[in-house]
Order: sequence, then C-alpha cells, then structure tokens
Amino acid sequence: MIETHALGKRYGDLVAVDGISFKVEPGQVLGFLGPNGAGKSTTMKMIAGFLAPTSGSAKVCGFDVETQPIEAKRVVGYLPEGAPSYGEMSVRQFLGFIADVRNIPGNMRSKRFDDAVGRLNLEGVLEQPIETLSKGFKRRVGLAQAILHDPKVLILDEPTDGLDPNQKHEVRTLINAMARDKTIIVSTHVLEEVHAVCSRAIIIAKGRVLADATPAELEARSRYYQAVSLTAADTKAAKEALSRVADVAAIEVDAQDGRITAFPKPGKQIFIAVNQVLQERNIVVRELALEGGRLDEVFRTITQGRAQEAQA
Amino acid sequence: MSAITTVCKRELRSYFATPVAYVFIVIFLVLSSAFTFYLGNFYERGQADLLPFFSFLPWLYLFLVPAVSMRLWSEERKSGTIELLLTLPITMWQAVMGKFLAAWAFIGIALALTFPLWITVNYLGDPDNGVIFASYLGAWLMSGAFLAIGSCISAATRNQVVAFILTVVACFVLVMAGFPLVLDAFRSWAPQALVDAIASLSFLTHFASISKGVIDLRDLLYFVLMIGFWLYASAIVIDLKKAD
Repeated sequence: MIETHALGKRYGDLVAVDGISFKVEPGQVLGFLGPNGAGKSTTMKMIAGFLAPTSGSAKVCGFDVETQPIEAKRVVGYLPEGAPSYGEMSVRQFLGFIADVRNIPGNMRSKRFDDAVGRLNLEGVLEQPIETLSKGFKRRVGLAQAILHDPKVLILDEPTDGLDPNQKHEVRTLINAMARDKTIIVSTHVLEEVHAVCSRAIIIAKGRVLADATPAELEARSRYYQAVSLTAADTKAAKEALSRVADVAAIEVDAQDGRITAFPKPGKQIFIAVNQVLQERNIVVRELALEGGRLDEVFRTITQGRAQEAQA
Repeated sequence: MSAITTVCKRELRSYFATPVAYVFIVIFLVLSSAFTFYLGNFYERGQADLLPFFSFLPWLYLFLVPAVSMRLWSEERKSGTIELLLTLPITMWQAVMGKFLAAWAFIGIALALTFPLWITVNYLGDPDNGVIFASYLGAWLMSGAFLAIGSCISAATRNQVVAFILTVVACFVLVMAGFPLVLDAFRSWAPQALVDAIASLSFLTHFASISKGVIDLRDLLYFVLMIGFWLYASAIVIDLKKAD
C-alpha cells in the first residue's frame, strides 16, 4: 500500500510537487500521467526514498519514507527513470549484487533469480556486460532488478520508454501478471498504456493532481465519448439528417475525407437515434461507428486547460 | 553479509572490470620506482632504507589518488546509478563507507605491489623493517585521507575532470600546509593561532614522523579524523546534490 499526504517538493523558489495526496491499495495499478516536468518523477523519487520531501509525508506499507527509510526501501522495488545500472557488470553479477544488498536468503536466492530472469527473458544475456546490451535489454535488466526481491510495492518510472512495440507488450503483460497482489505505480506519457495496464490514473501537471479516476471515467470526459462517426455517399444529406436528431450537440465534417462526426449532448446517447434517422431517409452509409472516448484529447484538455488558466 | 561489504566488493570489482585499475597500478609502480631510483638516488645514498621511496610518495599520491577518487560519486551521478544505489535498503553512511573502502583497498593493493622494493633493500643490506612497516602503514593512512577529500569533491560534481582538478588542488594545499607557500598566505592577516592550526594540518608533517618509524597516536588519529571528517562531509554533500 502506498499513501501520500500533501506530499510536496520545492527547489528554492521552484515548486516541483505541490501537495499531492493519494492512496493506492494492493491489486491496483496506478498510472501517473502528465506532461514532461509535471512532477511525476519527483513524486516517485520521494516515494522510493531517493529525495526527501520538503512538505507532507509518504508511507509505503505503513513505513514512513523519512523516519523508517530502510524498512520502506525493503518493501519497494524501484525502476528509476532511464533504468540506470552498472554498465561494466554482467547481468548475472548485477542481479547478484542486488540480491546481496537486499539480503535475499540463500534458499530463496536462486528461485528469485530464476523467476526475475525468466519473466524478463534475460537467459540469453546473463553473462554479457550490461553496457553492451540494447536499450530494450537494459530496460529489462532494470525491471528484473526491481522485481528481484518480490516486493509488495513496485514503482516504475517510464518502464516502457524506448522499447519497441513487442517489448512494450511484454512489459505490460508482466505488469498485469504482477498486479494481482502488488501495489504498483507506473508513470508514462504513452496514453495507450493507461488502458493496457492501469486500473486507475492520476493526471498531474505543475505538481498538482488534476484528475484521479479510472481510465474509463477519464475517457467519458472526452468530447468524443459516445459520439457517432459515419461516411455517407451523400455527405450533405447525411449531415442534414443528423441535425434532426434531438440529442446531437454538434456536427463536424472532416474536410479531407468527408467523415461526419456527431457529438451528443452531455450524458446522452445518440447511436440508436442516428441509426433510425439514417434508415428513415434511406441514406447510404459506407461506414458507421460509435466512438469511444479519446484519452489524448482528455489529457490535453485537462493539462493545457489548467496551464492556460494559470497564465491568465 | 553487511551492506558495506557488499557495496565495497561491487565497487572494487568494477575497478578491475575495466582497464583503469591495471593502468593505474602499472603507472603507480613505474613512477614510484623511477622516483626512488633516479630522483631519490637509491643506490648512491648507500643506505638500506626506503626513505627515497616514501619521501616521493606524497607527491605521487597528489596526482594518482585524485584519479581514483574522481569517479567515486561523480560517475554514479552522471550515469544515474546513484538513484539505484540510494533506493536500495542501505543507509547513506553504508554507501559512502563501502565505496570509500573499495577505493582505499585498491590503493592499498597498488601500494602492496611495491613489495619488491622492500625485498631489494633487505637483499642489499640490513634495513630497519619496523620503520619500513610503519612507513607503509602511514602511506596507506595518508592515501585514505587523500581519498576521503576526493570522495567529498567527487560528490559535489558530476564532471570527473573538475573533480580531479579540485581534488589535486585541495590535497596540494593540505600537503603543503606546513610550508611557507601556504602559510605565508595566512600570516599577513590571520592570528598566529590559526596559522599554527593550519600548519598542524599538514599531511607531510604527520606522514614524516610516521615514516621515521615513530608511530605517534596523534599522527594516526590525525589521519583517521581527517578520513572521518571528509567522509561525513561527503554524505552531506551527496544528500544536498543528489537531486540535480
């Protein structure tokens, strides 16, 4: 379990994190979203015990990161941004070092080692110096290091950054597989990732929490949520027909391919009504789709909206 | 295994994983022998002792020890591994100590590899081996003080070259603290007590008495305190600077 209370960090006059409070329970995967420089990494560094908060507090499994740092660090597996590791060491040596520092008892050692190596498919590179590995492998070594002691809490700072689509998929599968009994925080600015792994998402910008909801709830805030898109043979007629549907708030036509999107009034559903009106008027459609919410749009609205407010 | 030992072992192993360790040891051995035999007139003096070796050692250390200490923390900061190291369940003190001990052990290995000199003087004559042993001990302690200063300066910058140069300067001032070069800079304005205090910080004075075979507790204490103070300062500097 992770609990932060009004957690804050300032560097001189610069406020990097401005009173962030949240609680993550075991079994939850919390996605940390936000533009670069929003304070995601700083927050994670404070929870992982690398940086000392300047205000507020953070607790990991009941241990305060400031007053009981060793106990807190023992239950945390942490992947720092960029997955740093000692380049001159081989993967086996490096993981051995982590096992030593983390005091993994002898009988558990090889079991944990095999598990971490197996989960991240590192068998083939065990004897190679880490600095000779590709970016994807380095990232996986960093992840192996984080899960080696089977921690209750995992803090992963951009775990899929720089990976190819296959590797991203593997890492997401790994996170999902571990999610059941662990408390996990993942930071990312890849929005599709939120869908793939997170059960909850927090959007932060300028050090503040702007949204805290499930990915589905966030998507529901999108303008596109429950909107209907279609391409018709006769664009003009179709557009005219759509404007007759009571709950349609706005209609947009893509100038390039003539694709029409009808946006519903808040909280309304228009798909069935649109369908009916099209049939009644015998309008031929080549394509008809119900839109889901667009996370990237929600993300932009939330983060930029606030930024503009702040400037004004 | 304690955390200090684990960190120390890893660090020491990393020296030997790259050519750095071998280059250092070879250069150290070549230079120390060159100083002893050519500049120190080892044969011409006609005395069976290692005074020529030990009297040049502080000057050799002045450039070679900062070369070891410069990477201690600045490399960790540059590569980001400091974040990994300090989020492992170890205390700051264990990390600082472990890394320092590794560097110190490494210098110790290089120093121990000068043993052929010791054998040579025993072959050529009948030296006072107690004095030589004391000198070795003193030399190793002195290198520890150099290293601790270097550790602190290395923690303050992520640039190894800057760390090297600043450490050389800082060590030079401390080595020369008992000499007019440094003291004259203070004499004009500082009270005599301060000048005396600075003079008493001189590495050379303390090392000279140990290498004469006089193991005075005060000299030993001086180096031990020096190491302790600078390592403590390292821990503080790391804490302050790790964020940027």
